[in-house]
Amino acid sequence: MTENTRIQLAKQALLVPTGLQETDIHRVMDELVTGAVDDGDIYFQASHFESWVLEDGIIKDGSYSIEQGAGIRALSGEKTGFAYSDKIQLDVLLAAAKNVRAIARQGQNAKVAIKANAQQYPQLYAPLNPLKSLKDQEKVDFLRRIDVATRQLDTRIEQVIISMVGVQEHILIANVGGSLSGDVRPLVRMNVTVIVEENGEREQGSMGGGARSDYSYFLDEDKAMSYAKEAVRLALVNLEAIPAPAGTMQVVLGAGWPGILLHEAVGHGLEGDFNRKGTSAFSGKMGEKVASSLCTIVDDGTLDGRRGSLSIDDEGTPTQCTTLIENGILKSYMQDKLNARLMGTVSTGNGRRESYAHTPMPRMTNTYMLAGESEPEEIIASVKNGLYAKNFSGGQVDITSGKFVFSASEAYLIENGKITQAVKGATLIGNGPEVMTQVSMVGNDLELDSGVGTCGKEGQSVPVGVGQPSLKIDSLTVGGTQV
Amino acid sequence: MQTQEEIKQLEAIIQESLAEAKKQGATSASSGLSVDTGLSVNVRLGEVDTIEHHRSQGLGVTVYFGQKKGSASSTDLSLNSIKETVTAACSIARYTNDDKYAGLPDAKRLATEFKDLELYHPWQLDADDAVDIAIRCEDSARQYDAEISNSEGAAVDSFESLHVMGNSLGFLHGYASTRHSISCSVLGERDGNMERDYWYSVARDQKNIEDAAQIGTKAAERTIKRLGAQQLSTRKAPVLYSAEIAGSLIGSLLSAISGSSLYRKSSFLLDSLDTQLFPEFMNIYEQPHLLGALGSAMYDSEGIATQAHDIIKDGTLKTYLLSSYAARKLGMESTGHAGGVHNLCVQSGEQDFTQLLQTMNTGLLVTELMGQGVNPVTGDYSRGASGFWVENGIIQYPVEEITIAGNLKDMFQHIVAIGNDIDIRGNVRIGSVLIEEMAIAGE
Repeated sequence: MTENTRIQLAKQALLVPTGLQETDIHRVMDELVTGAVDDGDIYFQASHFESWVLEDGIIKDGSYSIEQGAGIRALSGEKTGFAYSDKIQLDVLLAAAKNVRAIARQGQNAKVAIKANAQQYPQLYAPLNPLKSLKDQEKVDFLRRIDVATRQLDTRIEQVIISMVGVQEHILIANVGGSLSGDVRPLVRMNVTVIVEENGEREQGSMGGGARSDYSYFLDEDKAMSYAKEAVRLALVNLEAIPAPAGTMQVVLGAGWPGILLHEAVGHGLEGDFNRKGTSAFSGKMGEKVASSLCTIVDDGTLDGRRGSLSIDDEGTPTQCTTLIENGILKSYMQDKLNARLMGTVSTGNGRRESYAHTPMPRMTNTYMLAGESEPEEIIASVKNGLYAKNFSGGQVDITSGKFVFSASEAYLIENGKITQAVKGATLIGNGPEVMTQVSMVGNDLELDSGVGTCGKEGQSVPVGVGQPSLKIDSLTVGGTQV
Repeated sequence: MQTQEEIKQLEAIIQESLAEAKKQGATSASSGLSVDTGLSVNVRLGEVDTIEHHRSQGLGVTVYFGQKKGSASSTDLSLNSIKETVTAACSIARYTNDDKYAGLPDAKRLATEFKDLELYHPWQLDADDAVDIAIRCEDSARQYDAEISNSEGAAVDSFESLHVMGNSLGFLHGYASTRHSISCSVLGERDGNMERDYWYSVARDQKNIEDAAQIGTKAAERTIKRLGAQQLSTRKAPVLYSAEIAGSLIGSLLSAISGSSLYRKSSFLLDSLDTQLFPEFMNIYEQPHLLGALGSAMYDSEGIATQAHDIIKDGTLKTYLLSSYAARKLGMESTGHAGGVHNLCVQSGEQDFTQLLQTMNTGLLVTELMGQGVNPVTGDYSRGASGFWVENGIIQYPVEEITIAGNLKDMFQHIVAIGNDIDIRGNVRIGSVLIEEMAIAGE
């Protein structure tokens, strides 16, 4: 599918129902550039969302929502003027343009000619509508089938909660530079949570997955059941878990989702806005060694169908694979247009926003570490006493001090080079720039996560991906209770 | 009054949606609508960073066909869209299952008294005024100390909201509210290490917001105090949660005693009604009708009248927090807590913050928590922390990159004292909380 087709589809979804003409967009743009703006755009978006929830063996909840509107932005130097409206209507957009261009004091007169973006890029996902990919009856039958099969997995299962979410987004971006870009973005996600009980002890396990695809993604290769099995396994492992140790020790991280470590410890600190402002622990370290030479970390928005992938970012820039750290050396930040302009470089296609009601900023797409050479077994065998953290729930970072935390949802003791006892989820805490220098072995088992990541920054949520091979970190603080 | 006019118009939209639901065959229905407008201004290093004008709206409709439920929402409030939203909700209700606990709340419990809680105090603020205030705030932070090296900026936010809800039992009510805030975040640097901290103030009425310059000073003071932080060695010690983060402990209590956690059995406090969860001196009560307070409301998100509650009385749990659905499922009565609590107050002891430090004597003062490490099913708790090491009741040095861990059941039982240094900025009003002992992991 060409970019032109995407633009046509986006126009069909966004302009046709609202009666807005392309000439109207020109008028709004002209209003915008009446101020001395360095850059500016109008971002049209329509998002159709549905969710289905099964609980206690019945389809308990279903909901459907439509969100649509337009955000108008004017940039002048470091300043941003922004307004949005859920009415895609000429008078409202003109008033908004007038409001935001006040950010630039002096006026000028200019005409903006808008041309469809002629750039071609590969199709990372088809313009699918997940909501229409199954009949509603098929969706609920599917969830019931998974519920019944899950309950048969183990007699200790007390509760099963299954949710399935589908979204289709149309976006259209008109830039004062004259380009018009569009995209049609499908996204699906499914999650299975179980609660198990044995001898009065209860534990919870949760697993899910998703992609820029439609619901057929969950039917292929029995993915939905693999989530259910994994959720049950996690809950049962935690039933057996003993309290975790407290203190600093060697830690082996599993492949895949534990890549959230990179997202927190490194990724956020390499976002352009923090580095332009000099507020990141990585500020001013370009070209310096910030990680062990075993580490090469990329942010790649171009992976086929992944949750964090985008054909174009929310400023119309094609996404790319950016090498952030190569053999331990800091190579690049992630940039949106504003921060790239102010830092004298170009956007890396990382300008993202939660919706038309939010302003873009540099955000990650799919962030992962490339595979190394060690066998995962060899990594475990090299640890005398330590922790094997195989799965994680969420994490958080303070980009200024570099301190990050993430919580293990599945972890084991390593004793004399062998995985032994399961321990209760402990929080791991470290310092981003420091921890990467402590990476002493990198596995050959690179895995990307199953497609459930959501990243929050300054109140905005966007879907992201993470990944990594198994890693050994020589020293990390484990926050258990056993002192 | 213009606002009253707008509320009338929104009420008409609610009525339209309820009528449409009935027309499309729904047995019963409820609708909610909100319109938010606002201005957000950020300045950084004395210059304007962003000026944002907000206006968003949304209609949410829930329909029941007997015991089958469907919901839909839209940001478009046109007649056509209202109809489509109702149609979408009805269409979903065809595929959900009969759930014998589903349905509207008990009509007898719906609010009939609508006292003005004084939640609406518009602030005549234009972008230029807001910029001036933000600059004054940031300037005072930057001038506080030579070690303040950089800034994430200061922000002024002002929002007005209109909320209207109604249901097919005849409930229909709307009200206006405002929320204004000023915040500031600055960086300090010492020996090549940077730290950042912030302060904010929020209120329904801008008159009750702290002075902008004072907010900046506090942000700077907090940042400077963190410089030179060390890691502690792994140990067990008393922990004092400062007032501004102590609310998170109560947050964990609230989610554990909320109906949905209980009926899903995903709570560490199952079957704990009338049991002693805290020491006898602890009392936690709810005051939903405080005038001008951030959490005040006359009814919950189903329209059930809110009332003053003792949640914890003499250390004992007196009520769960139930919506109509959760109540039916548990064979109980709704407590008017659909959507959460309204102004929870944790009763303070006699001691102020300095006295609490003395009571603790030697231990950890925590001023920031990181990460989500709380297991709601077991109460296991392990979170990243930073703060200060205290000896003989006196702060010695800042600490960071440590975790504090325990089990919430145990932590609740071992609360030693609650300070009278109450933070009123949130829905939970609480002073600093001293816990007898927790595991601290560090070097």
